[in-house]
Amino acid sequence: MYQFTGKLKILALALMVIGLLGTAWSFMTTPSSLKEAKEIIAKQAAHHGGHGEVDSHGEAKTHHAEEAKTTEAHGEVTHKEEATTESHGEAKHVEEVKDTTHASTSTTKEVKKEAHTVAETTHAKVASEDAHAGSHDDHHAEHVFHQMQNRPWSAFYVAMLFFLGVTLLVFAFYVSQRVANAGWSVVLFRVMEAITNNLHYVSGFMLVFIILTVMHKNHLFPWMAEGIVDPLSDNYDPIIDGKKWFMNLPGWAIRSVIYLLGWNIFRFIIRKKSIQQDNGDLKLHKNLYNIGVGFIVFFMISESMMSWDWIMGIDPHWFSTLFGWYVLATFLVSALTVIALVTIYLRQKGALPFVNDSHIHDLAKFMFGFSVFWTYLWFAQFMLIWYADMPEETTYFAQRFNEYKLPFLLMVVLNFIFPVLLLINSDFKSIPWLVIIGGVVILIGHYIDLFVMIMPGTVGGQWGFGIGEISGILFFIGLFIFATFSAFAKVNPLAKGSPFLHESETHHYYNIEHRGEDSNHH
Amino acid sequence: MSTNKVIHALYNDDDILMDAVKKVKADHHHIEEVFCPFPVHGLDKAMGLAPTRLAITAFLYGITGTAVATWLTWYTMIADWPQDIGGKPSFSWATNMPAFVPILFELTVFFAAHLMVITFYMRSRIWPFKEAENPDPRTTDDHFLMEIPVHNNEEELKALLETTGAVEINVVEKH
Repeated sequence: MYQFTGKLKILALALMVIGLLGTAWSFMTTPSSLKEAKEIIAKQAAHHGGHGEVDSHGEAKTHHAEEAKTTEAHGEVTHKEEATTESHGEAKHVEEVKDTTHASTSTTKEVKKEAHTVAETTHAKVASEDAHAGSHDDHHAEHVFHQMQNRPWSAFYVAMLFFLGVTLLVFAFYVSQRVANAGWSVVLFRVMEAITNNLHYVSGFMLVFIILTVMHKNHLFPWMAEGIVDPLSDNYDPIIDGKKWFMNLPGWAIRSVIYLLGWNIFRFIIRKKSIQQDNGDLKLHKNLYNIGVGFIVFFMISESMMSWDWIMGIDPHWFSTLFGWYVLATFLVSALTVIALVTIYLRQKGALPFVNDSHIHDLAKFMFGFSVFWTYLWFAQFMLIWYADMPEETTYFAQRFNEYKLPFLLMVVLNFIFPVLLLINSDFKSIPWLVIIGGVVILIGHYIDLFVMIMPGTVGGQWGFGIGEISGILFFIGLFIFATFSAFAKVNPLAKGSPFLHESETHHYYNIEHRGEDSNHH
Repeated sequence: MSTNKVIHALYNDDDILMDAVKKVKADHHHIEEVFCPFPVHGLDKAMGLAPTRLAITAFLYGITGTAVATWLTWYTMIADWPQDIGGKPSFSWATNMPAFVPILFELTVFFAAHLMVITFYMRSRIWPFKEAENPDPRTTDDHFLMEIPVHNNEEELKALLETTGAVEINVVEKH
């Protein structure tokens, strides 16, 4: 039996306390009135100097446009793009003249002219809308104020959703192993089950968050704003009005509670039966299989809808059909990484003597494979929108590319290039410290992924990575450590009732040498 | 004279074969070749064969494919004739890069797969109309054959192989 040491307990509690303090601090330092926000904005402008003012103004326009008036937002983006096309067109023009190809020159000229007129039209439109909006500065300040108020909420929300998603996917992976009658992973069952204990804890926090959101304590979801579906209100948004059959507060709250309840009930039952199965009852094994199939069906539907409700709902004007899969991929690869890291840690502590290098190798293979899978979906979503460049979809990536360039691009390096190059080597996949390095990079990368999914819609240009964000992560890491290792210490670390146990214990991938074994084991 | 002689020991079970290989290796005899009707897991390790480097060549071929695709897309779409096709930004390779990714990917896989297969054929000397090098037709069906060169130790080797459960032991002149 594994002993949940006092040292680790203290570490977990310390992380949680630090996280809570930091989160509380970030809530307290958030401007509570418009006046305070204006002061901060003025300070920011002064800090950046004259240049900053221009910058913030440009930003303001984008935010302003983002807020509700889609037509304006589209105008903005097209305008910007047209402008770049124009300048490039000019460069081309010069080149073409050098080449003295007259036919091409006239064509470019014509294109340029066309671009110019379009740009002018959009410009005029934007200007008129601006005039319509009245005093622009006040509007801007109010908008930035809302974004600042959102920031501590978003910081906590991203961390919470990340850990909720990861533990949920650990559970889904675990159930998929049962349903697939996988032979290799039986010795890891208790590790995976222990991690899923975290699901109950984070779900509790999520439930509180849902209640607070329903009570309008935060403004993370723009479609929940007052009067947004009321044609007589200033806040009226016809696009959201058209989606109100799905995007309405009671529906959202009920669905959210159903997802959480469903996952938690399945987790509770499966864990309980899995421990009972230590007596070797084959009927229980089949029973678990059947429940597992039911969970997979429920999970695939609820996960997809969860990603619409909890993540895509933050940008209510935007939609993407493969979003559910994409969110699944990001959590799935993180989940496998977490399983690998916890397994390596526990094995090093001597708690898992039956786990050999081939099990680690298999987990690393999954990390590798699902990293590629994530990249595939990320790119498929990005490229289809980039290629067609339809304004109502492109705004999503335009904002991310303009305001979140570093995390947006860094993510691809962390989530794809680094793990793929590191873990492509068969030997590397069974070397613990290399898997740990790859795993930490993958986890950071996918946190950033979720960050870039949520932040642009809630805090926009006011984003940063500070005490609030770090505290959220620390708190949930602490909670994760506590939940996982306390559950792991409670029961036998080996799921000894499984009919596939022997296969798992002798699992051996032919291509690698196990350290600490001689060639007779092959 | 005797250096051209080899012993062919035949087995009809892969487990027995594996044990025999280990025994012969333990006795420090060189095993020239083992013929099997199907892959026997662990045989290469038991014989002490070096691991294959085919995967490394595939990786290098893949990089080559990426480079070729990068060059191809850059030259044709950006350098040679940068047309405006449906408003796609052909100003530089990077601005239009997402459109090239499918080509980059496919050519990487194409190069890696095909060149690796060709490498495999060349290294294992397989080609159409190649004369088969099968010492005994039964080894393609249900028998395993171990070939050991004889260096004036015919009797000793025979005695050893008798103990390994061989179903047939032949001394053959090799040409």
